[in-house]
Amino acid sequence: MSGINDFVIKFATVNGSGSASANTMVAKTLFRMGIPVSPKNIFPSNIQGLPTWYEVRVSEAGYLARRDGIDLMVAMNPQTYAEDLAEVVPGGWLLYDSSMPRIWPRDDITLLPIPIAHICAKQWTDARQRQLFKNMVYVGALVELLSMDMEALKGVISDQLKGKEKLMAANLQAVELGRTYAREHFSCPLSIHARPAEGAKGKIMVTGNDAGGLAAVYGGATVCAWYPITPSTSLAEAYEKYARRLRVTKEGKRLYGIVQAEDELAAIGVAIGGGWNGARSFTATSGPGISLMSEFLGLAYFAEVPVVLFNIQRGGPSTGMPTRTGQPDIISCAYASHGDTKHVLLFPSNPTEVFSMGAEAFDLAELLQTPIMVMSDLDIGMNDWMTDPFTWDDSREQSRGKVLSAEQLEAFKTVKGKPWGRYLDVDGDAIPYRTLPGTHPSMGSFFTRGTSHDEYARYTEDGRIHARVIDRIRRKFDTAATVVPKPEIETRDKNSKVGIIYFGATRPAVIEGLDELERTGVRLNAMRLKAFPFNEDVKAFCAAHDQIFVLEQNRDAQMRSLLITEADIPATKLIPALSYDGMPTTAAFVRKTVLAHLQPEKAAAAE
Amino acid sequence: MSYIAKPSAHHPALPRNALGLTRRDYEGSMSTLCAGCGHDSITAAIIEACYEMDLPAHRIAKISGIGCSSKAPTYFLSRSHGFNSVHGRMPSVTTGANMANRDLVYIGVSGDGDTASIGLGQFCHAVRRKLNMTYIVMNNGCYGLTKGQFSATNDKNSPSKKGEANPFDAIDLCQMAIQLGAGFVARSFSGDKRQLLPLIQAAISYKGFAFIDVISPCVTFNNHPASTKSYEYVRQHNMASENKLDYVEPKEEITTEYDEGTSTSVELHDGSHLMLYKVGEGHDPRDADMAIHTIRTNASKGTIVTGLLYVNEEQQDLHDVLGTRLAYVWNQNTLPMSELCPGSKALEGINARLR
Repeated sequence: MSGINDFVIKFATVNGSGSASANTMVAKTLFRMGIPVSPKNIFPSNIQGLPTWYEVRVSEAGYLARRDGIDLMVAMNPQTYAEDLAEVVPGGWLLYDSSMPRIWPRDDITLLPIPIAHICAKQWTDARQRQLFKNMVYVGALVELLSMDMEALKGVISDQLKGKEKLMAANLQAVELGRTYAREHFSCPLSIHARPAEGAKGKIMVTGNDAGGLAAVYGGATVCAWYPITPSTSLAEAYEKYARRLRVTKEGKRLYGIVQAEDELAAIGVAIGGGWNGARSFTATSGPGISLMSEFLGLAYFAEVPVVLFNIQRGGPSTGMPTRTGQPDIISCAYASHGDTKHVLLFPSNPTEVFSMGAEAFDLAELLQTPIMVMSDLDIGMNDWMTDPFTWDDSREQSRGKVLSAEQLEAFKTVKGKPWGRYLDVDGDAIPYRTLPGTHPSMGSFFTRGTSHDEYARYTEDGRIHARVIDRIRRKFDTAATVVPKPEIETRDKNSKVGIIYFGATRPAVIEGLDELERTGVRLNAMRLKAFPFNEDVKAFCAAHDQIFVLEQNRDAQMRSLLITEADIPATKLIPALSYDGMPTTAAFVRKTVLAHLQPEKAAAAE
Repeated sequence: MSYIAKPSAHHPALPRNALGLTRRDYEGSMSTLCAGCGHDSITAAIIEACYEMDLPAHRIAKISGIGCSSKAPTYFLSRSHGFNSVHGRMPSVTTGANMANRDLVYIGVSGDGDTASIGLGQFCHAVRRKLNMTYIVMNNGCYGLTKGQFSATNDKNSPSKKGEANPFDAIDLCQMAIQLGAGFVARSFSGDKRQLLPLIQAAISYKGFAFIDVISPCVTFNNHPASTKSYEYVRQHNMASENKLDYVEPKEEITTEYDEGTSTSVELHDGSHLMLYKVGEGHDPRDADMAIHTIRTNASKGTIVTGLLYVNEEQQDLHDVLGTRLAYVWNQNTLPMSELCPGSKALEGINARLR
């Protein structure tokens, strides 16, 4: 099955040993050779000492989902030798440090022993260098074993060493030692190897969190407040990185402000304070942060304050699996906070969409005057994705929504035929007009509160008024359904009554899984959700299909619940397809789940 | 119905300030607090302070948490935007508002439960961030809206209305504020408007974190004779060491005669002055250690020191710390989106680096 430009390498190393950057170099080199690659960093919640893995899938066909079955294992961590050995496919290879004698109890794979520690000990005297350059020695061996382009690798190393050019020569020396050893001891290249291709041409390689930070810059955010939490931290850091580069005026004024808050409660409080006072404002967090922010999210919902929240989901419940991925916060975000609350969610499926939807989130927050949550996850957020380049339409109008200037306030009654009231629906779209502090000396002031209020923002304990106001906010959700991104529908067979609904990071697995199914004669139509609330297209897709798989990365089929309660889709139609082991979903999972349901006898026989 | 609008008509002969506004223009809706509540006196002092300082009310943002104290902003400055946020979180909301627009005056109103219990963390970090704001705690030692439970500022052994003694030590918010680096720290008493008014004016003029802990008796739940937060107790034990203090606006000349030995002049960022008379024995409000010493020695004697306890004349504010050095209003009125979005050309460069 595997072959040229179609294989998976896995690196098993120790956290904190410098392996992450070496492994990234391998992925980036293959990418620069034009070959589609998909690296996944599988790391512990630890800084030094625990096992960590890095998988690189290489696929000229452009399949970017994680794939089980390792063709080449670079086994550098004795702690995990046994499980790493077991993962190699029959006929595969295992590269290891043979400085110490090892026994590998398998005869169906080829061993690639390299005395890496000895090589480094001979070459360098410094203990740290001996350790760090071990990684570069195996990278060098891979250059020969996999026919990687040396010039491309040099470019990648030089990019990584920017500012530390002195280290270039020693790194290249280590690479050469690995290359020489491989050439002299193995038959290079292996049958799985790389050759220049076109599939990655024009693409970029980036993490979703980097894209999210950039989205906030392009979306016009000037206030960012955050509290460190894996896997969202690098999004706020990316915002700072890009803002420092792109948001400083010629006079040296910083057009952005970032506060690392004391906790998530404060982070969302700062973001809401900024949104209330006229800034585009955001925070980034993960599951536990959502729990902590919930009270404030209810306030922003009820008081109608625009704010953007990036939720980089990880495995829950509780602290859960901080360094593993998942989609377990669908319900907790859709209904975050007590009382009748509902929130707008966006579901990007890769970093390019984190950028476009992230920027759009700021428009939507002000248009709808409510929190918008961008539902990314650890896989999208922290892994490098080969993806389409970011684009921006300079003619795009970034509307601030219904915000009144002093002049508009004065003319309001004449123009609209009604006096202004902060929570008064004058246009019939359930979106009222807001004013910002400092606008007008005697008009437009109001008291923002989470207690019940009437259309003029006055405190009320009259239940009829309360019901009227929350009904209007619910109607605003209907408006939201018409402006959020529509689902992406892929019709493979217009007569097929079987469909699959999915969202977010599972996209590559679904595309590949449906291709595999199609080759066996099973055709499913697919709908990728991009937002909650659901619009008419979602309902139409469900109406057109009798059996619909709902693929999601959580135990309780949360999106399925949302479809049942919020779009009135009959539960019997919706078949849960759930993958929640913290790893990115594979195409094999999609294929097997579908077949197990559609052809149970065949599937059982195949097992 | 807890919302009672005040009639807007007023006597034509009411005096007007430099903006042509009367005191009535700085009022809010009718207070719904208990008759005699100390908070209403603080409200009156805030109204008076803003009127006298000729502040345009729409350039003030008033932000609060939850509780009786946090309801108070409804009762003053109806021309200002207000934000009654969630319990204990006024400091973070004010931080965000201030980051969004540094050119407004920020008055945060909180209570002792709101600040010393549920919001203690946020209080500490707002101080630490040197947020340019006036932070007023209306401190009555109890939870009023939930009917009189002790708060963390209630003095040890000071009994509840039913006679149960408070078994825990009190948190002294002024000491905490000084230790955490607040630039302006005062304590006052809602029953002493003569002292409270200039303190509020000076706090508003102060650039940086200005904190005023105002003891404000709860007439319903914590004003019995044995309570250390009652009108009677505070009047008898108030060491108003700086009770005689004047706020002198920037435009005014200092005309009064001040005796060298018994008064201190503190200049604030906007050019105004705070004249402090006869400070308690050896107390210099510019010395943080001495301020804490003065509070503690008096507390051990059962007396409450009020007045300006500490001032740092050279504090930076959050914008200075963040490096947003020049005044910049980050909202749509002055900063169009086109200045914030780097556009497609910059994006090409970013894409190129990611190839």
